Amino acid sequence: MPKLFLLGDEALAQGAIDAGLSGAYAYPGTPSTEITEYLLKSPELRSGKITVRWTANEKTALEAALGMSYAGVRAMASMKHVGLNVAADPFINAAISGANGGLIVNVADDPSMHSSQNEQDSRLYTELALVPCIEPADHQEAYDAPGYAFDLAERLRVPVLIRLTTRLAHSRGPISRREGRPQNRLRPPEDTSRYILLPANARASYADLVRRQREFVRESEGSPFNALFPGEDEGLGIIASGIAYTYVLEVTGGAPRYPVLKIGQYPIPTRLVEGILNRCERVLVLEEGYPYIEGKIRGLTPRKSPEILGRLTGEITRTGELSPRIVAEALGLGTEEVRPPSKIPVPRPPALCPGCPHADTCRALKDALADRPGGRVFSDIGCYTLGALPPYEAIDTCVEMGASITMAKGASAAGLRPAVALIGDSTFTHSGMTGLLDCVNEEADITVVIVDNLTVAMTGGQDSSARSRLESICAGLGVEPGHIKVIEPLPARHEQNVAILKEEIDHRGPSVVIARRECVQTLRRRVKGKEGG
Amino acid sequence: MRREIVLAGVGGQGLLSLAAVITSAAMNEDLNVKQAEVHGMSQRGGMVESHIRLSDGEIYSPIVREGTADLLLALEPMEGLRHLPFLAPNGAFVGSSVPFVNIPNYPPLEAILSEIGKVKEHRLIDALAIAKQAGAPRSANMALLGAAAPFLGLREESLIFGIRSVFSGRLKEGAIEANIATFRLGLDTS
Repeated sequence: MPKLFLLGDEALAQGAIDAGLSGAYAYPGTPSTEITEYLLKSPELRSGKITVRWTANEKTALEAALGMSYAGVRAMASMKHVGLNVAADPFINAAISGANGGLIVNVADDPSMHSSQNEQDSRLYTELALVPCIEPADHQEAYDAPGYAFDLAERLRVPVLIRLTTRLAHSRGPISRREGRPQNRLRPPEDTSRYILLPANARASYADLVRRQREFVRESEGSPFNALFPGEDEGLGIIASGIAYTYVLEVTGGAPRYPVLKIGQYPIPTRLVEGILNRCERVLVLEEGYPYIEGKIRGLTPRKSPEILGRLTGEITRTGELSPRIVAEALGLGTEEVRPPSKIPVPRPPALCPGCPHADTCRALKDALADRPGGRVFSDIGCYTLGALPPYEAIDTCVEMGASITMAKGASAAGLRPAVALIGDSTFTHSGMTGLLDCVNEEADITVVIVDNLTVAMTGGQDSSARSRLESICAGLGVEPGHIKVIEPLPARHEQNVAILKEEIDHRGPSVVIARRECVQTLRRRVKGKEGG
Repeated sequence: MRREIVLAGVGGQGLLSLAAVITSAAMNEDLNVKQAEVHGMSQRGGMVESHIRLSDGEIYSPIVREGTADLLLALEPMEGLRHLPFLAPNGAFVGSSVPFVNIPNYPPLEAILSEIGKVKEHRLIDALAIAKQAGAPRSANMALLGAAAPFLGLREESLIFGIRSVFSGRLKEGAIEANIATFRLGLDTS
């Protein structure tokens, strides 16, 4: 088969298709979005062979994948690292119930926070759930990982997490495809007690999961994603995981003089680690994200204890992603002379697009609050977060998906008024609806402004789960219909919109203002095709 | 053969299409290719960069190391200057002299161009004027591709193959030809 040139995300998606994938669910989030975008463009979707859906959030995505796995077929859920926080409940409990058909959870971590609010490391979740993790080093491994992980999940009867990081997810490289594998047939589990996590069942399943951890480690010892390469100079050993392994090859011209342990499958392959610890005087650990391997191997007790170097000892920066340069410096290799950065360039922060409806909403909200001093705007994750920057400076918080409404409620209860929440349509359906229900039940004095641009704009315009039904959703949650207002955020309607916002802000109790106008980007794509290069 | 290339610009300037044309051309010559790109918030009028590595040997990392780029291709002067630390001492700077001003404090253009002028091998072209001349005002990226062609180490016909394969299906035939015309005008400046 011809070679393909794919993003790491796309390689993973193609690998899953070729490994007999039946269904994939996801909530968009950088840098994971292109996994599902690729599946949505695949011939397998068009022919109806596979099911691919954007879901309300990561939790519903993973639960749907778990249901498919229950039915016996191969399924996966994809998300960015912070999405796994939302899906943590099904993730950890699916390890107890176990997988029937192969179940994989693809998580793209974002060290250096290119597009995220933290750089949490998903490998720690696999430790919490006691399930294996595969961490591809390059594009071919990103392609190979799903097939291997599906087999592993079916062999060990647990979900398997595939961890990508930004630089692999968002870089392109060559992959060779293998022969496709047929999909599984419907085969629901015979032992249903596994899936009924009553304490009596769960205790037994959990004990079984714990007992089988040795087997999981043995799988890692023999995994093609892990390998120990000898080197002539045992003064130093290198342990490198994920893309860090390719950086080691890069800076050593493909021939490191030191022994190298490549780790691409967890739990950590203890014997392989001992092999390098026993052999080398010092060991340098290179990994994206947290000092996870580094911390774990300090607990191993080899015959001879080498000095272990890494993020915990300052050889590698504790925060931020790795680069070939950082790796070369840590190995004491000469690095190129670099021109000093020019002092002339100024930052060019991302901004709301010209004509963006959020800009009009931010202006209207700011004017509505101008003569109501002491008010705060609790906002959320989405393009409108850019309303924090000049010239708008219209929001006061952005913490995590859905926090706008519930933080506003808490602040209001503490006496902070007016308390306004500003949240997007998709973020609202992701994690805002339950918070609004709390507001209704508590008769909280807040105003929720839902900026409805009819899409998930930030990640490139995926379908929003709200689908223009926000009025009925809010009414269904119990907001008084008289206090659900719809405005059209346009400069020409500014005065009118400010008046409506003031009226609802002054209302004592929960109120909702839906600012509805289509995203200019999706509008442009819909109205006319692209011109020019 | 080995080329390390860094592309710098602003979201919406067609940087990723330009990168796709170069990688497609390189694969047409059976070279090994890796490319890194920045997505996400940078699409909102922020800075965008892409790294491309071409070789007839093995390539490991998708990232170009600072101080090693053979070519820095700048769709916009300030972004070009910002990425100068990537350029090798004898590397070439090829960029558009037309600023993309979407911030209130854009520095004086003369100061930027004068700094770029200190690079030994530098070419600044009015990519927008060339694109307009070719009748495709949105194809300034292709003018730059033409101007940069001598430093890419790729054949002219491969680059044209790259333009066709990247835009086929996305653009009408006439628009593809206009992009190729812009590329050729850019090539004439080199």
